[in-house]
Formats: sequence, C-alpha cells, structure tokens
Amino acid sequence: MSWHLAERSIDHVILERGEIANSWRTERWDSLRLLTPNWQSRLPGYSYQGSDPDEFMAMPDVVDFVSNYARLISAPVETQTEVIGVRSNGDEYVVTTTNDEWMCRVVVLASGAYGCPDLPAFSAAIAREVSTVTSIAYRNPDQLEHGGVLIVGAAATGVQLAQEIQGSGRPVTLAVGGHVRAPGLYRGKDIMWWLDAAGVLDEPYDEVDDIIRARNLSSFQLVGSPSRQTVDLNRLQEIGVRIVGRLAGVTADGVAQFSGSLPNQCALADLKLNRLLDLLDEWAITHGVDRDLPPPWRPEPTTLVESPPPLLLSLRSGKIKTVVWATGLRAVYPWLHVPVLDPKGRVRHEGGVTASPGLYLIGTAFLRRRKSTFIDGVGDDARDLSQHIVSYLEAVSSFP
Amino acid sequence: MTSTAAPADNGVNVDFLLTARETLAAQPAAADFKWRVSNEWVMGTHSRTSVQGFYGLGAEQTHRNEFQFDGDHPEVFSAEDNGPTPVEVLLVSLASCLTAGVAAVAQNREIQLRSVEATIEGDMDIRGILGVDPDVRNGFSQIKVSYKIDADASPEDIKALVAQSQKRSAVYDVITNPTNVVVEVN
Repeated sequence: MSWHLAERSIDHVILERGEIANSWRTERWDSLRLLTPNWQSRLPGYSYQGSDPDEFMAMPDVVDFVSNYARLISAPVETQTEVIGVRSNGDEYVVTTTNDEWMCRVVVLASGAYGCPDLPAFSAAIAREVSTVTSIAYRNPDQLEHGGVLIVGAAATGVQLAQEIQGSGRPVTLAVGGHVRAPGLYRGKDIMWWLDAAGVLDEPYDEVDDIIRARNLSSFQLVGSPSRQTVDLNRLQEIGVRIVGRLAGVTADGVAQFSGSLPNQCALADLKLNRLLDLLDEWAITHGVDRDLPPPWRPEPTTLVESPPPLLLSLRSGKIKTVVWATGLRAVYPWLHVPVLDPKGRVRHEGGVTASPGLYLIGTAFLRRRKSTFIDGVGDDARDLSQHIVSYLEAVSSFP
Repeated sequence: MTSTAAPADNGVNVDFLLTARETLAAQPAAADFKWRVSNEWVMGTHSRTSVQGFYGLGAEQTHRNEFQFDGDHPEVFSAEDNGPTPVEVLLVSLASCLTAGVAAVAQNREIQLRSVEATIEGDMDIRGILGVDPDVRNGFSQIKVSYKIDADASPEDIKALVAQSQKRSAVYDVITNPTNVVVEVN
C-alpha cells in the first residue's frame, strides 16, 4: 500500500504495534513455512532475489523479506506504535496511538485477517477439562505435555500440526469439518504454479459465484516443504493420526462430541479437488502446455480407516492431554469506532472500500481477488485501492 | 455442440430461495422460525401428532391443512401397529429433507432430474431402549442412505448434488450434531 501511495505522491505513515513483520515474528509456530514458493513472493517493485525460487520461506526468511522491502522503499513506518482508537471527525479521522494522535483524510485498515483465534462457544468448557493451546500460541511439540493431543480443525494449520505433533510421539486425534484438499505437486508443478498460471488466484471478488462462501473457505491442506509432500487425511492416517468429525460440543461429563458428517465432509472435499484438477487440466489443454507436462492423475479418494468414525471421546480418561485449536483466525477491530462493522464484527466493504468515505480495508480473505491474503496478492489490491484513494482525495480537496 | 434443451425444471422456485437468502441476510430477525407439533396419547404406545401452525418471517403462519401422524410400535413389540415407529418417522424426515435438498440444488445448478429414489436403513441395537446393557446407546448406531438418481448430469455431478444436499440439510444436521433438548412438565 505504501509503495503505491508513494508512487502517487500521497503523504502517509504506517503504524506498527511492534516491529516490522510483527505477527510473522511473534505469532507463528517454529516449523512454519509459507505455502507459496519463493518465486511467488512478489511485492510492488520487489521480488524474491535468492537462488532457490522453488523453496519455501521459513519465518525468519519472511521477516527479512518484509524488512528488506520496507528499507528498500523507505516505508515511513512508526514501530512500537499501537493504535488504540480510530474515530471519525467530520471529513477527517482521528487515530490515537500509544504514542501520539494523527489526523488524516484516509485510513487503510491493514491490521490483517488473522488477529484472534476463532474459537467455538464451548471452548471454555473444553479448557476446564484439559490444557488448550491456540495456533497463535503454539510453537513446537515440546511445549505440550506427553500424551494424546486433540487437534481441532483440518485446514493447512491443523494438518501441519497433526503431522508434526504425531511425529513427536504424541498420538494425535484430528477433528475434521469442511476442508479443502490439494496435492502439493501436480503433474510436476507446484500447485501454486497451477493456480497462478491458470488465473485462479486472480479471480475477482465481484465475479465469484458466492462471495460469502469464498471468503469463509478454509485454506488448502498444504505444507510448504521442499519435498512437496501432500498432507491429506489419507497421509495423516498412514502415520497414525486418528480422524474424527467436526468437534460439535462437549457434554457436562467432559466427553467431546464429534459430528457424524465426516463421510460427507470427505466426499465434498474429494469432489471439489477433482473439479479443481479438471479445471487445471482443461486450462493446460487450451493454453497448449498439456503436451509438455506429465499426464493428469487424481489423488486417491479419502478413505476413513476407522469406520464408522468415533463420535465420542472422553477428555477425562487421561488419553487426551491437550486440545490444540486450529479452527482459524479472524480479524478483530476493538479500536475501530467507525460504524462499518457487521453484527459478526467484520468490516463491511465492497472490494476494500467501506461505506465511511476515506476508510479502506486491505489484506483480508478474498478482499478483491482470491489471492488477497497472499504476499503475491496485496500489490494488485493496493494498486486498485490507491487509485480509489486518489480520486477520493481529489474530490474532497476540490470542496474546501 | 449446441444445445437447445429446455431449461431444467424440477419444480423448485430457486429464484424465490435466492431472493429469500438476500432478504434474510439483511433482516436476520425474520429468519427466526419456530416449528411446532402437538401430540396426544391415544392408547398403549399409540399416539397422534398434529402439525398445522408455525412461526416465521416475523408472524404466525399456518399450513394449508392440518396434517396428522399416528405413531405406534409394531406387533412384534406386542403393540397394535397403528402407525410407523417414531424412529422410522425420523428416517422419513431425513429422506424427505435430503431429497428436497437434491431437487433444490439440482434446480440451482440447472440439472434436470428424471427420477430420484432413496432407501434409508437405520441400524439399532434395541438392548439400549430395553435397558439390557447400559453400554448400548438407545439411538441408531448408524444410518445408511442409498440414492438412485437419473438426471442430465455426470455421475460426479450427481454425487456433488447429494453431498451438497447433506451440507444444507436441517435434519441431517440435527441427526449428526448434538442438539439441546428441554422437556418440561406443566
């Protein structure tokens, strides 16, 4: 955003509660790598410069990448400056921070899509039974007591933690609701190469069938690993992970209840996966790359080893020592005192433009494109929004 | 290939459903429904349940007619078999709900249905309800639904219809997830 504003000679400042790349420094587990290969880390006027375009950045690499970019573009960042209030005052906004106060015509909310763990209502009841840890607080398996671990959620986070924690000798049970499968490598290419090349990641928010559904879709079951291993439910069961349905509740006796919908969740994910691969294969044919690639193939449908899957699991039997919440993260805006939030606390917006003139949003799921939360996606969104900002500033300046 | 086939018509008013979706997104209070039945004991295990009124869209609503359902136990339970057992009625509910969903989803996806048939089987160990073994649950240990669908669509698309119907089914949700049940005596 800063790069595009500078391009248009718009004075601006970036307020950062901690250090540059703060959440990458402080809210990610040790083994995490980006799900996008290095070549796909593209920012306006900058991209990956190293010698391993097909590898995946670990968190220290991401911190360096973002910090280097900030330096390169001389981004006007005020670090250790936490925003504690944003208010509207006529045609200006008043932004109060832990250090000072700013008056500005335009505010861009770029605090990220992943501020706070999205926990179910009964999470407190679970916490009374066993230790719990959220994906933001989790660092590595050593942090967990020895013994069984129930991981709730099977998007990228859940499947990665299941693999890592099972590998540490702690038997994992994985609670699986709606999920999205993808092979790490398809026909010799990284799945992200396919999604990028076929334009899937560029799909605009106003052309997608059901934007509510698209914005709520969980992340691909992927891990950023040089070996491009696939971490689907079949693979996890091979290494001993037990698969159960979506965690639906906990009884007064401390028994976790799992939904009986697991077979359908798996069927939906298998069907969706095949539709995606069909689409990619069709694209390869129409764009003349089909003949240069290995032939199409399809991952095995999900097989549930334990059939029927268990519905109940006592949290008092001692078999489960820890529950790990991998149920996703959501943005929170406790400091935003402008009436643009919906009843669920999400910013109402049209492609990043809110109903409050001069207030914008960037960096949330499918903001303007499928890739809006990707490092590779923010540039296009920032370009579009900066154009809107220029028009807005011109309009308000011409009516003094 | 050019197709001049008539648009799919499964008798579901999808436009109405899509409009309702938009309207209710803006007015969540109108989406609060209360479904009601009233039940009266007849004799033995035989009871009769009536269905007519419900609440929704901010007002009391009523079915065109009152519907009545007899529930009873079969003769092998030494009862008079005046109606299906309550658990069979549950399977009726699941079947009706999933099939309605298949029709609606097919309409939305412009798939013409020619026939949709389902058989549903619920496994139950009745030692649970008889209190023979406290480790046996009262309810079904498993429910199996088998669909046979003839439609203008690929086998994959037909499977997707049935999967999406489960995803949006109220009865499927009630059966697969826990529900708080409050029973009072007045």
